[in-house]
Amino acid sequence: MHPDSEDVQKSVRSYMIVFAMLMVFTLVTVGVARLSFAVPVAIAVALIIAAMKGAMVAGVFMHLSHEKRWVYGTLVLTVVFFAALLLLPVITSLDSLATGNPWVR
Amino acid sequence: MNIPYTVEARPDSGLANGKLGIWLFLASEVMLFGALFSTYILLRVGADTWPHGELSVPLGAVNTIILIGSSVTMVMAWASLKMNNWGRHRMFLALTFLLALVFLVNKYFEYEEHLLAGEGPNHNTFLAIYYTLTGLHGLHIVGGMIVMGYFLGPGAGLWRRNPAQFTNRIEYTGLYWHFVDLVWIFLFPVLYLL
Repeated sequence: MHPDSEDVQKSVRSYMIVFAMLMVFTLVTVGVARLSFAVPVAIAVALIIAAMKGAMVAGVFMHLSHEKRWVYGTLVLTVVFFAALLLLPVITSLDSLATGNPWVR
Repeated sequence: MNIPYTVEARPDSGLANGKLGIWLFLASEVMLFGALFSTYILLRVGADTWPHGELSVPLGAVNTIILIGSSVTMVMAWASLKMNNWGRHRMFLALTFLLALVFLVNKYFEYEEHLLAGEGPNHNTFLAIYYTLTGLHGLHIVGGMIVMGYFLGPGAGLWRRNPAQFTNRIEYTGLYWHFVDLVWIFLFPVLYLL
């Protein structure tokens, strides 16, 4: 057996717990979508639940909860560039050419 | 020639080469899917109307459950190797492959239903971004299946020669697979529910 096989054996229980929670959150996502929330609220709720599910997959299945600094550093850089990727097209649609407002630079 | 740090960690990073490599690759994948999610946001915000109810929510939910299940079997395939249980590893890896196949079969029926109704990518903007996002995701599923097929087939021989290196390769495959699952976790509500 590998030296840390006992740790892995303990982790198996957390994998099953996360699996059960992911199933529950999937059903909650579908259930919440059937409620007639306003669009911004529906989007916010759906993305919050998706983010929670993603955090469980990343933290437990991908072992991100106890990784090395180089991995965290890579991901911090990725988040910064990802945020820029999402924001840049939105920002470009706010200039005077898009809004037709000459007072907007 | 022996490539160093395929099993033992580098003294500077504390990681084996493959672990850092796969995370750097996943970082690039975040940018790829991020660009398409950004496209979706821009298209939807700029549209006067946006279709609802075009996709089958039950089918999407079933596919979500299938992919989450495959993530569990994938991590169990790695955990079985850490516990030196070759038989259970083979079972869980084969199960992951099968679940991925079922996901693709469901996707095929979903695409077929729309295409037979004349609802291709040129039908409307929503379907254009839907086919792009899910098509690219589907290609990633196929890529993962090819890797799993290799480790179920000819690649399995590395377990006898260097079990630690084989375990690491399964771990890296798992990291990729969990990322594919993660993308779908966001795709499902964005495309099917909102």
